[in-house]
Amino acid sequence: MSSVLKLLKEGESLSTGQLGRILNMTDEEVERELEELKQKKILLGWRPVLHPEANGDENVRAVIEVKITPEREGGFNRLAERISGFDEVESCYLMSGGYDLLVFVRGSNLHDVAAFVSERLATMGGVLSTSTHFLLRSYKEQGFLLAERNSDPVKPRVTP
Amino acid sequence: MTEISQRFVAKHVAGLPRSGIRDFFELVSSMDQVISLSIGEPDFVTPWNIREAAIYALERGRTSYTSNRGTPRLCRAISGYVENEFGISYHPENEVLVTVGVSEALDIALRALIDPGDKVMYHEPCYVSYHPSVVLAHGEPVPVATSAENGFALEPEALEAAWSPGCKILVLNFPTNPTGGVLDRERLERLAAFAVEKDLVVLSDEIYSELTFEGGHVSIASLPGMRERTVFLHGFSKAFAMTGFRIGYACGPPPLVESMMRVHQYSMLCAPILSQEAACEALLHGKDSVLRMKEQYQRRRDFIARRLNELGLSCHLPKGTFYCFPSVEGTGMTEQEFAVGLLKEEEVAVVPGTAFGAHGKGFVRCCFATSYELLLEAGNRMERYLEKIKKGNP
Repeated sequence: MSSVLKLLKEGESLSTGQLGRILNMTDEEVERELEELKQKKILLGWRPVLHPEANGDENVRAVIEVKITPEREGGFNRLAERISGFDEVESCYLMSGGYDLLVFVRGSNLHDVAAFVSERLATMGGVLSTSTHFLLRSYKEQGFLLAERNSDPVKPRVTP
Repeated sequence: MTEISQRFVAKHVAGLPRSGIRDFFELVSSMDQVISLSIGEPDFVTPWNIREAAIYALERGRTSYTSNRGTPRLCRAISGYVENEFGISYHPENEVLVTVGVSEALDIALRALIDPGDKVMYHEPCYVSYHPSVVLAHGEPVPVATSAENGFALEPEALEAAWSPGCKILVLNFPTNPTGGVLDRERLERLAAFAVEKDLVVLSDEIYSELTFEGGHVSIASLPGMRERTVFLHGFSKAFAMTGFRIGYACGPPPLVESMMRVHQYSMLCAPILSQEAACEALLHGKDSVLRMKEQYQRRRDFIARRLNELGLSCHLPKGTFYCFPSVEGTGMTEQEFAVGLLKEEEVAVVPGTAFGAHGKGFVRCCFATSYELLLEAGNRMERYLEKIKKGNP
């Protein structure tokens, strides 16, 4: 794995300059490696991880279990890609088990999300059923724990 | 009042020097915005599965004493782990003793083995407790210098030169706190041969062994003829980020472990049961976390060692631990002046090398178990400090 990627995966927010200084690379070398990761579609892009309640207008989220009819050529792909195309859809996965697709959607209010499901998703040819679950509260986002933790006043700053 | 009560204190305790770490701790505590590179522990919190095991043990009401040796389950887990990782086989029933950290294990080993006046050899710079623990056990400390030129490895020739009749024990700690020095197999074999020749018992504190970055770790206890004269000391604090659990262990031949048991059973009774339960989880399911943390330490090490050298603070590349031990002699200051100046001027805390024995003179210990952001900032602040020194107004 690329050294830049390994360092990024540790999760600390670092600028190109900082990455370079840590890894003993010039800014250009870091940029080149990042560009290569993008070209190879290893690095898809950058998004900040936000506290879900601080996510501006779009703070209603739902997971939808979708059953669809597989097609003779391409199986689930065509429909899955079609569903994934909507802006409301954050992520979409093919699942094993009782349903086929697990779709994460986001909207500004309950009505928006409900409308997306009933008007766009459920009516799509090949979609057999949907089951929508609204997210009530988040405890961990992309590896970040949300519970307030006090910084540790117990830990001494000099130890043997 | 103080004078009256002072006379009750035993002479060998009154004579112990105050810890350099404690002095520095008090200085640092009085400041607010300090970036501390002076901690001796991981900045990671204990992996959740290990913490969760402790919670579960509490829920099940596991709050009793355990066998003095430790729970049979933990002893078996330790025996299996040491065999897998170090290639040494210890029987869980009579060759393993669970202790309150390696600190206790070393202390009781010294107390169990030293007759008054016995000499104890160890390499220096070294962990802060070696000298006082020997003195408290009425032994005579024989520090042997290690140097930056040799990567702070203990040279067999230096050990030989320091030996004199009456030397009974050799304490080893590789990888070493504070230097990050390690011992290669060739040196280790020569040290082992010397120990056999002079009939020394070896106490090998291998607490940082999982954090060996290059070359792989070899335990002296695994070398031919060494098992019978070695007490292997290890613990969970560093590799598993479990410092506050205070849990470690000793493995060795039955007579040595039994002698340590005699001291342990009357002083500590047993290690805390919750920590023992957590330690089981660490050994059985903690390996991935250890490897992940090690990889992150290694990246930090590469950066900080390079940065210190760039700044003109000559620093050997530590092959283990999470400490760098750069020389500050080029600044014309003593390690104490440098550390205090850096703290007061730029609010970066590093520990003066002499806190780890007289042979730490001219060095400081920098712990790199902290975030990249703080390491980068600490580097910048040190650069500013060094520029001020050059201009002659630190």
